[in-house]
Amino acid sequence: MKTRLILLFLLIVLASSILGPWLSPYDLSDVSNLRLDSPSKIHWFGTDLHGRDLLTRLLYGGRISLLVGFVGATVSLFVGVTYGLVAGYLGGRIDNAMMRLVDILYALPRIVLVIVLISLFDLKLKTLLDHTWFASLAPHARLLLLFVGLGLVEWLTLARIVRAQVLSIKERPFVLSARLIGQTTLTILFRQILPQVLPTVLTYLTLALPAVILEESFLSFLGLGVQAPLASWGTLLADGTALLNPIQSPWWCVLFPALVLASTLLLLNFLGDQLRQSRK
Amino acid sequence: MLTFLTRRLMSSIPVVLTVLALCFLLVRIAPGSPFATERALDPKTKAYLEEKYGLSGSLPEQIIRYGTNVLHGDLGDSLKFRGRTVVEIIAQSLPRSLLLGSIAFTLALGLGIPMGAWAAARHNKAPDHWLNSIALLTLSIPTFVLAPVAVLFFSFGIPLFPPAGWGTLPQLVLPSLCLALPFVGVCARLTRSGLIETTGADFIRTARAKGVTEKTLILIHALRPAVLPLVAYAGPLAASILTGSLVIEEIFAIPGIGQFFVSGVMNRDVFLVSGVVLIYCVLLLFFNLVTDWLTAILDPRIRVQS
Repeated sequence: MKTRLILLFLLIVLASSILGPWLSPYDLSDVSNLRLDSPSKIHWFGTDLHGRDLLTRLLYGGRISLLVGFVGATVSLFVGVTYGLVAGYLGGRIDNAMMRLVDILYALPRIVLVIVLISLFDLKLKTLLDHTWFASLAPHARLLLLFVGLGLVEWLTLARIVRAQVLSIKERPFVLSARLIGQTTLTILFRQILPQVLPTVLTYLTLALPAVILEESFLSFLGLGVQAPLASWGTLLADGTALLNPIQSPWWCVLFPALVLASTLLLLNFLGDQLRQSRK
Repeated sequence: MLTFLTRRLMSSIPVVLTVLALCFLLVRIAPGSPFATERALDPKTKAYLEEKYGLSGSLPEQIIRYGTNVLHGDLGDSLKFRGRTVVEIIAQSLPRSLLLGSIAFTLALGLGIPMGAWAAARHNKAPDHWLNSIALLTLSIPTFVLAPVAVLFFSFGIPLFPPAGWGTLPQLVLPSLCLALPFVGVCARLTRSGLIETTGADFIRTARAKGVTEKTLILIHALRPAVLPLVAYAGPLAASILTGSLVIEEIFAIPGIGQFFVSGVMNRDVFLVSGVVLIYCVLLLFFNLVTDWLTAILDPRIRVQS
């Protein structure tokens, strides 16, 4: 019951982000003379420094934030699971070397990795996309890289979890029998072992999703992630925070983005918690 | 014990050096120059600057030069903050981050552990469920959501605390609370689940059957194994919390090491970035060591093999 309620709320968040911008009478960057207008009938959540409707911007921001979460979590899922499977199954020196790499990457600050990845491949990807079918995506090359980059820094924990599970699973009789009847390593990995670790992995996904959304907001907050004119929940919160001063503090510019972001993260964490408890 | 420590220290050195080399390499290959200004830089001037700061030659040469300097205790000069060495910058900013971090760390453990123990004692009753939800709430709200809202309410709404700055006691309150709160929830949950798990264990039942009083049972028998997950979590937490929160320092305008790190990354200030990463890496390895050592003390099943 409780899980259903959580799913319903999450569905509302998702649906409003996908459909919302079409329902709103304003556009993402429609400016007006009503600068920093407090919430009213015309602008439900008030307006920002340039007179843009905050609710509309939050709805558009939700698209970016949620998309980052999904793409990032999926990338981390593929990389982390494959890495963990291979390291755990092959064992020995290979495992040792692979896990040392994970240790080292853990010690490197993530923002360094993401920034280097984005700035290194930004132009290359742009020119590459220009010459293919996806030319319309070229202006968003930076955003695409952010998506993938966040996934690529998020996989480390998952690799460790999967590896630890594989270590115990590979000693079980059914894996030995599979090896005896001559199945290849690849078949054993993906047909025998993968289904066994999948429940853990899916539970972890509900934790990776908020983690990636958080990471993106954090980067955007520092001014390194999503760039204007696009907006994400993180950039909106950062904009609002920058507006705070002792003379005039437009509370709506801080409170609404904060509420939306916090409640989405809370819902996702609640869902993960429920899933883990039901698995016990 | 001593051999264990020396072996661990010896094996940490290559890890630190690899991390450092990788970090140096990443910042150097990233596009953009630390010497870039609005005007195009004259190639001669650029060559001179690179020579002066030890950034000339091929990348492996630069890395080896830097590594040798680090082993001699020289972390290089900051490229952005001209005329200041990285050691100077760290020596000035790290203590601030350390102070803030240690207050937050103490708060996280000091509030989290009693909360968790209290909930565990009322397992499956209403207070337990409530506390669990509250813990989940606090750990879901990231610091950069919490901090602006806290400033909004407690600095501008009700002017209780200053919104930013560094130096006085009231200025410490909001940043350390905002930094600590998400971790309070995690600590409470870990303590709770640890205690619940151990109080159901066989050795507790045996002790109870032998007539050990309830108080000794919890404090002497159950608490030791129960805090193991917490210890495993607190080690890496200490390392990350002590090196300062980038966001908290940004919002509250605290001149700590995190701010220098962000500006270093933006400006491709390779020595500054590598220097901060070095500090972080050493702290991380140190706290991992402390964690393993504490685990061995607390858990008789894991004893150090020498």
